[in-house]
Amino acid sequence: MSVLVDEDTRVVVQGITGGEGRFHTERMIEYGTNVVAGAVPGRGGQEVEGVPVYDTLDEAVTAESADASVVFVPPAFAADAVFEALDTDLDLVVAITEGIPTQDMAKVYKRLSEVDTRLIGPNCPGIITPGEAKLGILPGNIFEPGDVGLVSRSGTLTYQIVDNLTSEGLGQTTAIGIGGDPIIGTDFIDALSLFEADPDTNAVVMTGEIGGEDEEEAAAFIDREMDTPVVGFIAGRTAPPGKRMGHAGAIVSGSGTGTAQSKIDALEDAGVPVGRTPEEVAEHVADLR
Amino acid sequence: MPAQEKPLSNTMRLHEYQAKALFADADVPTPSSALATTVEETVDAARELGFPVAIKAQVHVGGRGKAGGIEIAADEAEARTAAEDILGMDLKGYRVERVLVEEAVEFTDELYVGVTMDRGEGRPVAMVSSKGGVDIEQVAEEDPDAIAREHIDPAFGMYPYQARKAAYRAGVPAEVARSVASVLSTLYDVWETNDASEAEINPLMVTADDEVVAADGVLNIDDDALFRHPDLADMEEEAAEDDLERRAGEYDLDYVRLSGNVGIIGNGAGLVMTTLDLVDYYGGAPANFLDIGGGADAERVENALELVFSDPNVDAVVFNIFGGITRGDEVAAGINNALENFDELPKPLVVRLTGTNAEEGRALLTDRVDTEETLEAAVKRAIERAEEVAA
Repeated sequence: MSVLVDEDTRVVVQGITGGEGRFHTERMIEYGTNVVAGAVPGRGGQEVEGVPVYDTLDEAVTAESADASVVFVPPAFAADAVFEALDTDLDLVVAITEGIPTQDMAKVYKRLSEVDTRLIGPNCPGIITPGEAKLGILPGNIFEPGDVGLVSRSGTLTYQIVDNLTSEGLGQTTAIGIGGDPIIGTDFIDALSLFEADPDTNAVVMTGEIGGEDEEEAAAFIDREMDTPVVGFIAGRTAPPGKRMGHAGAIVSGSGTGTAQSKIDALEDAGVPVGRTPEEVAEHVADLR
Repeated sequence: MPAQEKPLSNTMRLHEYQAKALFADADVPTPSSALATTVEETVDAARELGFPVAIKAQVHVGGRGKAGGIEIAADEAEARTAAEDILGMDLKGYRVERVLVEEAVEFTDELYVGVTMDRGEGRPVAMVSSKGGVDIEQVAEEDPDAIAREHIDPAFGMYPYQARKAAYRAGVPAEVARSVASVLSTLYDVWETNDASEAEINPLMVTADDEVVAADGVLNIDDDALFRHPDLADMEEEAAEDDLERRAGEYDLDYVRLSGNVGIIGNGAGLVMTTLDLVDYYGGAPANFLDIGGGADAERVENALELVFSDPNVDAVVFNIFGGITRGDEVAAGINNALENFDELPKPLVVRLTGTNAEEGRALLTDRVDTEETLEAAVKRAIERAEEVAA
């Protein structure tokens, strides 16, 4: 079992003819993802990796009965692509694009509250249900099917932690990269709720980083609502205040909020063990057995 | 909360004089002013404006006044002394190259107005406080009720009533409430039109005849939106005081200089931060944060290595790549290219390559570099090598 995506998910790729779109469509199909269509204005009638391309997303979704999309559209046009996706009947939109203007995302966020479609990202590695499907750019070979759910704000750090889990023999139900931007569609609490409701997820790893207060809010949610055990990791313990660490969202502001320590304290107060190294995260999960 | 020295996101900071010019274009009342780069220009500008004048350093530093970057001059002699004091001074690590000479405003009250993105809410927020003129972060901490906040629907923009509501709720003097509301509405438009991350006027001064005047201004622009504001992108002036950070900017690398001796390069902000944390955890001290980003090619890798090698504080370097869209063979090629420039390896280099095409990458690497299988082992080895060099 899994959350949000599985082998039956019918995927359309927005921006399938671009460099990244093409490269990762190939990887997604290789992994077993059911990619049924691509959508690129002006490229209708072409094929990429045997997948038919349509001019509009609406056509693609209707013709191929798609239920999810992955967005590989460049930042200047990405918000428009997400709006296009939110105006179809898709269940899920995964936006990989990095560098979407924040004000564009605020408008997307507003639109999200009016529709039933779920958005993951932007600026994220995507979502994978090991052995079934991946929507995004995650390297499939490091994942193994299992019973650990994973939610993370980071890309490569997710891979690192999955690598540690997998080498400890701890497979995953689904891993969700929610993205490192200040405004994102699916947050920790949304992802944790999905894992809590999934009967096959027996433990969850939550990987956060400095900046914002999402981890603190997630800790309160875990304390209040969750029976499934959670193990945490927080990146940025050594980050100095006022310096942005790569991600738009990863900055400790002047007034002391958003520090690694406040997040670690909140999680530990909620009974969540927090690994100090990725190796320790895997050990904490193993200890739950 | 916005504050000039602590941008909340990827931000291009404008100087006060640039921000105020944009505010003035939008009809926000601002004092008459002129920009000067020499003592003579300053004195001439002051004479033209009429005394008293304020002479203000144009650098990206908060608390300029307390640090000696702002002086009031009552006559020509004082203007000359002030210009001599401020031009060329070192203000918290920034050399002052320009001053804004401005007619000094006589005020009866100091207010605050600002617009920023509330990331928790995913919506813009407009703010008014009757406690202007001081650090608004401090007001937010000590007396949060002194700031009236109004969340804005980004699809519709700010309604005029919202600006009035914020002004009245903040308890600004009744005589100026409507003028304050009008300034806030305009500030929101400026924030939106320019894809700003923060816009603020602090203080917004109230004069004896109930006029409001923007005495200081902050406008920070979302880097990710600069592609649609080429005019603003052209306004960027060298901000980094640190030579390495400036060069990193030229290479378009995400780099932050720290104070330790273990250089760190990796892909992905979260993983690089974690590598920093591990260096600290195992008893070392990180010299920097450097994220080469996703899908980096050999040239980017070469630039990154060249940059970190050139940091005199660095005794050893750990290079950690977990390839998703970044390919191990590209990284290895970049490392080899960088090393070709040196007969002797300038500093010990520990490489850990895993993920996409990692095997091909490892096969390309020569025995001039140390390689490790795991992140933990690579970090520990780099700390040891740094200790050997430092010893």
